[in-house]
Amino acid sequence: MREEIIVSGRANPFIDPQLNIWHWQIPLYLFLGGLAAGILFFAGMYTIMGKEKVYPTSVKKAPLIVPFLLVLGLIALFLDLKHKPYFWRLYTTIRIESPMSWGAWVLMLVTPLSFIWAAINVREIFPKWDWKFDFIKKLEAFFIRYKVTLAWIMVISSVILGVYTGILFSAFNARPLWNTSILGPLFLASGMSAGAAMIMLLSKDHAERTLFSKIDIGIIAVEMFLIVHMFMGFLASTQVQIDAAALFLGGPYTASFWIFVVILGMIVPVVLEVLELYKFKVPVLIPALLVLFGSLMMRFLIAFAGQESRWLY
Amino acid sequence: MRYAMAVDTKKCVGCSDCVVACQTENNVPIGYCRDWVVELTNGTYPQLEIEIRSERCNHCSNAPCVRCCPTGASHYADGGIVLVTENKCIGCGACINSCPYDARYSHPGGHVDKCTFCIHRIKKGLDPACVATCPTKCMYFGDLDDPNSPVSTVLKNRKFTTLIPEAGTDPKLYFLM
Repeated sequence: MREEIIVSGRANPFIDPQLNIWHWQIPLYLFLGGLAAGILFFAGMYTIMGKEKVYPTSVKKAPLIVPFLLVLGLIALFLDLKHKPYFWRLYTTIRIESPMSWGAWVLMLVTPLSFIWAAINVREIFPKWDWKFDFIKKLEAFFIRYKVTLAWIMVISSVILGVYTGILFSAFNARPLWNTSILGPLFLASGMSAGAAMIMLLSKDHAERTLFSKIDIGIIAVEMFLIVHMFMGFLASTQVQIDAAALFLGGPYTASFWIFVVILGMIVPVVLEVLELYKFKVPVLIPALLVLFGSLMMRFLIAFAGQESRWLY
Repeated sequence: MRYAMAVDTKKCVGCSDCVVACQTENNVPIGYCRDWVVELTNGTYPQLEIEIRSERCNHCSNAPCVRCCPTGASHYADGGIVLVTENKCIGCGACINSCPYDARYSHPGGHVDKCTFCIHRIKKGLDPACVATCPTKCMYFGDLDDPNSPVSTVLKNRKFTTLIPEAGTDPKLYFLM
């Protein structure tokens, strides 16, 4: 027998009996951030490729919701802070080693960018939109002139944002489940797939839907590959990581992870999308919503299970 | 200067006086603690072995909490003591997640709180409250760079271990075996 217990009765709120300091706010933000990154990535990419006219939903329509997603995410992040009056301290320093600091600054870049992108495209979707003031119209003309440059910045910063949502977790070696560099690419892929699903959902054009359906299938394949590798890595690693993987391989998170994230969030939508490519009638709503749901669930489950994985006691 | 602490697991009886002394000295809010006592039982009756450890922040030389703090609120003070500047802390919880020892907690005031090695007492030349109060005198505190400090002396003469050194934190809380 080997039993290790705290005998002085430590019961620090949110720490004992198991760590629970990050609640719904962080995974919700990671989902919204990843989704926003996915949408911005495709908008930027197809602008650079000069296909604005061919894929108007991905370049013009879908990005209109990104400012809302990011603002919601920022509100969630703010709600997570426990010393709220000091939130501005994030922006008085840049700490290269802190993923949280990177995230704060990347958001400071991506959020205004998403507003600008939405603003220069809003008239294409709402033709009656009027900016009213001359200086705004001049500003709009200025940004339209540098659209491709903006698109490049958007592609690069959205990849950083997407990867960051995973790095935030993987930088903690104290939480063995999170401490894998695969989380960066996995969350990026999941965000891209959610972005593609959102574009499918908003698009009314068959060709565009088909394209994003194909893109989605490809990204989900990459995600599955990353998930398998993540667990292979855990099982070949130290005892704490083997224990962490066990949370999903027979432990309390097994059913929710494999059913909600892998089966409903990946396998079912891929099957439906493939069926649609073979001319079966599948309402686009179903695979798209399932992908979004799976992506959200993945953040929640990894956030909560990660805080349960530990080194001591 | 590198402050460190050694706890003699052979002398510690697990009375939790160190916990109460800390709570009193540092005005720790009710229901919280900055240090705690762990009892490890090994073996099968009647061949039982017990190890008792008074634990707290390890004041790591490579502290993950300092690394991941987005505002610089978590920092190294003189002598390598890891501290939190309250009015720089935004309460994001990154450091709490980053600590493999779970030595930090969210203070009801919003900021993050933890053991300070009683830096206010050290500055006056006193030992931390837990060390000073220990009835079995099982704790040793001092400067590792001073070969004659109580902690250096005891570490020279005894076998010791640290908690999860494989986490790469280079902890400065030693347990004498």
